[in-house]
Amino acid sequence: MNEQSKAFAASTSPLRGEVAPQAREGVGSATSSMSALPPHPGSLTRSDPPTQGEDGEFLRHVRKPLPHDSGPKHVQGVAQYIDDIREPEGTLHVAIGQAPKARGHLVSLDVSAVRNTPGVVAVLTIADIPGKNDVSPAFGDDPLFVDSEISFLGQAVFAVVATTRDIARRAVKKAVMEIESETPSITVEDALARGETVLPDYAYGRGDVDAVVTAAPHRLEGQFRVGGQEHFYLEGQVAFAIPGEDGDVHVYSSTQHPTEVQHVVARVLDIPDSYVTCETRRMGGGFGGKESQATQWAVTAALAARVTGRPCKIRLDRDDDFILTGKRHDFRCDWKVGFDTEGRIQGYGVDLLARCGYSADLSAGVVDRAMFHADNAYWMPAVHIASKRLKTNTVSNTAFRGFGGPQGMLAIEHVMDQIAWATGRDPLDVRYANFYRQGENLTPYGMEVEETDTLLNLVRRLEETSSYRERRKEIAAFNASSPIMKRGLSLTPVKFGISFTLTHMNQAGALVHVYQDGSVHLNHGGTEMGQGLYIKVAQVVAEEFGIAMERVRITATTTAKVPNTSPTAASSGSDLNGMAAKVAAGAIKKRMIAYAAESYGIPEEQIEFRDDRVFIGNESIPFDELAKKCILARVPMSEAGHYKTPKITWDRAKGTGRPFFYFAYGAACSEVIVDTLTGENRVLRTDILHDVGRSLNPAIDIGQIEGGFVQGMGWLTTEELVFSKEGHLLTHAPSTYKIPVASDVPADFRVALYPNSNREETIYRSKAVGEPPIMLANSVFCALADAIHALDPSKPVPLNAPATPEAILRACEALRGRPMG
Amino acid sequence: MARDAIRFWRNGQPIEVSGFHPRTTLLDYLRLQERRVGTKEGCAEGDCGACTVAIGRVRDGRVHYEPVNACILLLGQVDGTEVVTVEDLAQGGELHPVQSAMVAHHGSQCGFCTPGIVMSLFTLYQEAERPLSREHINDALAGNLCRCTGYRPIVDAALEACSGAPQDAFAKASETTARGLAGMADGHDLFIGNETRFFAAPASEASLAALYAQHSDATLVAGCTDVGLWVTKGMAELDKVIWLGRVASLDRIENEADTLTIGAMVTHAQAFAGLQNIDPDLGELMRRFGSAQVRASGTVGGNIANGSPIGDLAPALIALGSTLELRQGETTRAIPLENFFIAYRKQDRLPGEFVRRVTVPKIKGNEVFRAYKVSKRFDEDISAVLGVFKLTLDGRRITQARIAFGGMAGIPKRAVETEAALAGIFLDEPSSWGDALAAIARDYQPLDDHRASAAYRATVARNLVFKALSEAASGATRATRIIGLREPLEAAE
Repeated sequence: MNEQSKAFAASTSPLRGEVAPQAREGVGSATSSMSALPPHPGSLTRSDPPTQGEDGEFLRHVRKPLPHDSGPKHVQGVAQYIDDIREPEGTLHVAIGQAPKARGHLVSLDVSAVRNTPGVVAVLTIADIPGKNDVSPAFGDDPLFVDSEISFLGQAVFAVVATTRDIARRAVKKAVMEIESETPSITVEDALARGETVLPDYAYGRGDVDAVVTAAPHRLEGQFRVGGQEHFYLEGQVAFAIPGEDGDVHVYSSTQHPTEVQHVVARVLDIPDSYVTCETRRMGGGFGGKESQATQWAVTAALAARVTGRPCKIRLDRDDDFILTGKRHDFRCDWKVGFDTEGRIQGYGVDLLARCGYSADLSAGVVDRAMFHADNAYWMPAVHIASKRLKTNTVSNTAFRGFGGPQGMLAIEHVMDQIAWATGRDPLDVRYANFYRQGENLTPYGMEVEETDTLLNLVRRLEETSSYRERRKEIAAFNASSPIMKRGLSLTPVKFGISFTLTHMNQAGALVHVYQDGSVHLNHGGTEMGQGLYIKVAQVVAEEFGIAMERVRITATTTAKVPNTSPTAASSGSDLNGMAAKVAAGAIKKRMIAYAAESYGIPEEQIEFRDDRVFIGNESIPFDELAKKCILARVPMSEAGHYKTPKITWDRAKGTGRPFFYFAYGAACSEVIVDTLTGENRVLRTDILHDVGRSLNPAIDIGQIEGGFVQGMGWLTTEELVFSKEGHLLTHAPSTYKIPVASDVPADFRVALYPNSNREETIYRSKAVGEPPIMLANSVFCALADAIHALDPSKPVPLNAPATPEAILRACEALRGRPMG
Repeated sequence: MARDAIRFWRNGQPIEVSGFHPRTTLLDYLRLQERRVGTKEGCAEGDCGACTVAIGRVRDGRVHYEPVNACILLLGQVDGTEVVTVEDLAQGGELHPVQSAMVAHHGSQCGFCTPGIVMSLFTLYQEAERPLSREHINDALAGNLCRCTGYRPIVDAALEACSGAPQDAFAKASETTARGLAGMADGHDLFIGNETRFFAAPASEASLAALYAQHSDATLVAGCTDVGLWVTKGMAELDKVIWLGRVASLDRIENEADTLTIGAMVTHAQAFAGLQNIDPDLGELMRRFGSAQVRASGTVGGNIANGSPIGDLAPALIALGSTLELRQGETTRAIPLENFFIAYRKQDRLPGEFVRRVTVPKIKGNEVFRAYKVSKRFDEDISAVLGVFKLTLDGRRITQARIAFGGMAGIPKRAVETEAALAGIFLDEPSSWGDALAAIARDYQPLDDHRASAAYRATVARNLVFKALSEAASGATRATRIIGLREPLEAAE
C-alpha cells in the first residue's frame, strides 16, 4: 500500500478512540448535548439510537453535534481543493495583466514581449472574447478585460496563458501600456465631490424626522465611519476549465454561485448555458468574497481553454487576490437623533454613504441591507434612512458576511452610546429603553417585528449570566484608580433579517437518488465553504429516510444536477437547501410507502422508516431491501425537490413589505482593556447568547457563532484597508492586513445557544446562523469606546471603526484635550 | 569535494534531489514535483501558515521538530533534515492524536488552513513541555491564520492532544531517524548548478569566504524569511544563491559573564533563551518576533544584515550597545552595531563581506532595560513603533540613557537628543521629565504609511518615553501594560 492510499484508508476508517470532547467552560445547558461525540459519517461502525427531544420528537441525526463531513480529510490534507486536482497533461496556467493606473484611458497595449516569452502559449485580450465583455452579476458594468476606460488600479487588461504558473506570472510584467490617466476618486468625499454613483440614491422612512429631532428634548448629530474588510478566505480565488466537445466546457470554480459562473461563462463565450457545467466540491472559505467575484476568474480560465483548446487553470497570488477582488463596503454614516431624557429615541435620520468601488456588483442589495439594519433592534417613531452608492476608482466592493447589515447596525449602536454619554445613563439601559416592544414594533420599512419578546428575554438573560451590573461597578472602581490602563464593558444586541431581499432568490433545488443497495446520492444547489451546509442537509435526508448517515453520499455542487440556483449566501443555505432536500427525499419516501402499502396490504400510516429499516405493520425489512423491491416494481427512486420561502414580499419602490421571513437574534457582552498611551487593547472576556432557533447541528452552529464573532472583531479592530491617493491598496497581504490570530480571541469566551424555536416553519424550526454572529462583535467596538470614555466621562468618544491602536489613541488624546497631529 | 545534490529524510528514507533551480521553494517541490498537495499555499509570504511543514533536525542526540513555512523556504535549505508533511501523520489507518483531536473538537471548517495548523500542532506535540497552557498554544499558532473557527476549538484540540507525553510513530522512530540524519551529515560543501546559476551551501567559513569573493553578486541566504518574498512576490530571478545554513562555525552561541555572542546563523528560536536571560522584555520581544515558523527559520544575522528599518532585533541590540563582526576573505572587523546602518536599506557591508556574529553586553545591576513593541496586532505583526531603553541609574537618578527606536526612521536609530535630556533627571520627579518627553520629537521625523501615521508614531514614541520612566520609577508594569507583565502573575492579580 503506498503512502497515498494509506492516507486515504485512514480518511475513511473510524476515528481512533472516539474521544468525547471536553465540556467547554462556560457553555450553557443549551449546548450540553455536545458532550457526546457521534460517529463520523465516514465511519461505518455505529448507529446511534434516536433520542427524544424536548417536545417529544424522536430524532436520530437532526440536532446532533455531528462533526464536519470533511473533518478527517481536512486534517490529513486529502480534502481536495481545486488547485489539488491532478492536472491533465498539457494543462496551462493563466496570469492577469493589470492596469497600473486607477482612472483613465488605455491608449495602447503592446503584448509582443509577453507573447515572445518562451513558454507563453497565448495572450488573451478583448479581441479574443467571442461573446459579451461582461462578467457582472447584474448591471453589465464589469468588463472581463479593459476596453478603453480604466476604472481601478489593478483592473484586468489582458491575460497570459503559459505552460507554468511561474512563466505566466513573470511574462505578464512585460506588457507595455500607454495610458492617459486622470485623478482618481478614492474616498467617499472624492466621490461626493464628483457626484458619481454606481446606482441611484434610495431612501425610505416615516414621519418628519427633521421636525421631530428639532423639537426633541435632546439632539445629537455626527459623522461616523465604518471601515471595509478583506475576506481573507484562506484559499484564494481559483478556477480550472477543461474544454470538452462541440465547444462545451467543464469549469471547476471556487464559487458560492455556480449557476452565475455557468451563465456568465456562456455569456462571454457566446454559447448556450447548457454547454457549460460548473462544479464546486468545496471552497477554502468564501464569506461573500466568492459570491459574485469568483466569476471573473472562472470566465478567464474558460476563455483560455476555448482559445487554446487545453485545460487551463488560474489561481490568483494572494496579493493579486487582495488587489483584484472586492471587499466589504466602507461607509460614512451622517446621523442625527432626537431623544427624551430617558434616552428614548423620538427621531433618527441617517445617510448611509457607501463606497462601492467602480461598479455596481452587489451594491444594490448590500446597501439596501445596511438600510434594513439601520434600526437594529430599536423602535424609531420618526425615521429616515437614506443611502448613496458612491462610485470610486477602487476595486468593486461586494458581499461580505452580513452584506451591509453590520455597517448599518454598528452606526445605530454607536448612536446608542452617544445617547448614553449625553444622558449619563448606562448604555445598556438606553438600549433597553429603545427595544421594539408590543405596539412599537414596526420597522422603518413597514415590517412588523413579531417576536418582540425573544430579544428582550435573551438580553435580560445575558445581562444576568455575564454579571453585567456587578462588572460595571468593578470596572468603574478599577478605572478610578488606573490612570493609564482603562477597562470598558458593553452589551449589544443583534436582530438580523433572514431572506434574500431580492424575493426571487429565495428558492432552492435538491436532487436525491436512492440506489438498489440502499445508498443515497445527495445533491443540492448550496455550496460548501466550511460552514457545514453539506452535513446539515445530509442530516435532514438521513433523518427523512431513517437511515444511518453513512448511507448518504454527499456530492459536489454542480449546475448539471441542480440548475438555476441562488448563491449560497444571505445565511440561507440550510433553510433553503435543507427544505428542498427534505422535499425530494420525502417524495421518494412517499412512493416507497405507497408501494409497500400496496404490496403488503398495510395502510400507509402504519409504515415507518427508522433504524435503517422500514416497519410495515408488524414486520420490518431493511431499507435497502425495500429500495430494491421498489426498483423491480418500477417505482421511480430519484427526485428533484424544490423549495421557495413563503410569506415574503417587498415593494422597493414604496419602501414597504415583509422582506424577511423571520429575524435571528443574539447578544454579546464584551470586556476590554485599553492602554491609553499607545491604543493597544485586548478583549478580556466575551459572553454570547445566540438564537439559532432549534439547532440542526449545535456543534456546527457554535462554530459559526464563534468564528463569526472573531471575524467581526477583526473587522472592527485590527483589519484596516489603506488605499493611497493614487489608488494603490497598501495593505495587500497578511503581512500588512491583520486578521485575528489565536491570542486575540478572548481568553474567557463563553458561548451558548438561546433555547428558542423558530415560530416560522423552517427546516426543523431552526434559524439561519451564517451572518448574524458577525455583529456580535459590535460589543467589542462599543466596549473599547466605553474604556476610552473613562478618560473623561463628560465627553463623547470620537472613535471610528476599525478601532486600531491608532484610532483608539487618537480618541484618547482627543479626550485628554491634546489632539494628535 | 563538493556534493551536487541535496539529501534529506522523508518517510523513513533518504531522498536525493539535484538539478533544481536555486529559487525552487520547498512548497513548489512538494506540490509540483512530489505531487503531495496536502500542504497548501495561502499567501506565499510566510504569514498565514497554510504551508507549514515540520523539519526534523538532530540536537542533543534526538530529533527535534520545528515548523517552517514551506512557501518561502528554498528547497536546498532542507539538506540534512527530515521533512514531514501533513500526509505523513496518519499511519496504519489511524489518525495522529493531533488530527483526531482536531476532528473531535470541530477544529476545521473550510479546512484550507487545517494542514498547516495540524503541522504546527504536530511540532508542539513533539516538543512542548507539559502541561501546556493556552498561552503557549496561542504562541505556537501565531503563525497560522484561520478565518473560520475563531481558534477556540483548535486550542481545545491542542490541549487534549498534548495532554500526555509524545508517543506517536515519530517519537518511536526518533533513534532511527537520528541515525539516518547523522548518516547524511558529510561536512562537504554543496554546489548544485553551474557558474551562472547555482545553489551553494559551503560547509566552512573559509569555503564561504572564497565562494563569495568569487561571486560577490550572489545572494546570501540565511533563513530566507525575507529573500523568499523576493522570489514569490518580487519575481526575482535569484540565479546565484549561497545558503549559509551549513557553515559550521556560524551557528554558535557563546555565553560569557558580561556578554552573549550570537553567531549569524543562530535562529531566533535558538537565540531566545539567551536573550530572555538578559532581560524579560527581550524575551517578550522575541516571543512576539514573527511566528514560530519564522523564528525557526529566520536568523539573528539575517535580521541584522537585511537592514530593514522595521526589523525588531536591531533597535534592541543597539540600545544594549552591541558589536557586529564582519568578514571579507581573510579579514574580519568589528563595529558598533548602530554604525552598520547607513541609510534606508543601505548598510556598511563591502562586496563579498558577510556578517559573522554579534556580541551583546548583558544588563548590569544599576541598569534598567525596557522594550516596547507597538503594532496593530500583538502577535505576528511588524512594529509600527519599537522603542528600546537602557537607563543607567545612580540611586534614583539617571546618569546615562541609551535609546533606540525602530519604525521611526529609515534605519534603526538612536534617540540622541532624548538620551541627553534624560541624563541627570530624577525618577521621583515627573516634573523633571518634560524636556526628555519633548526631545523625542527632535530625534525622529517618522513616516506616514499603512502601518501608522507620522502623528501616531510621534505620539507613541513620546508616550513610550513616559512609560519607560514610569516603570523605572515604580518598578512595576501592571499599571502600564496589557501583556508582557514583568511581575510574577500572582503579583499582578
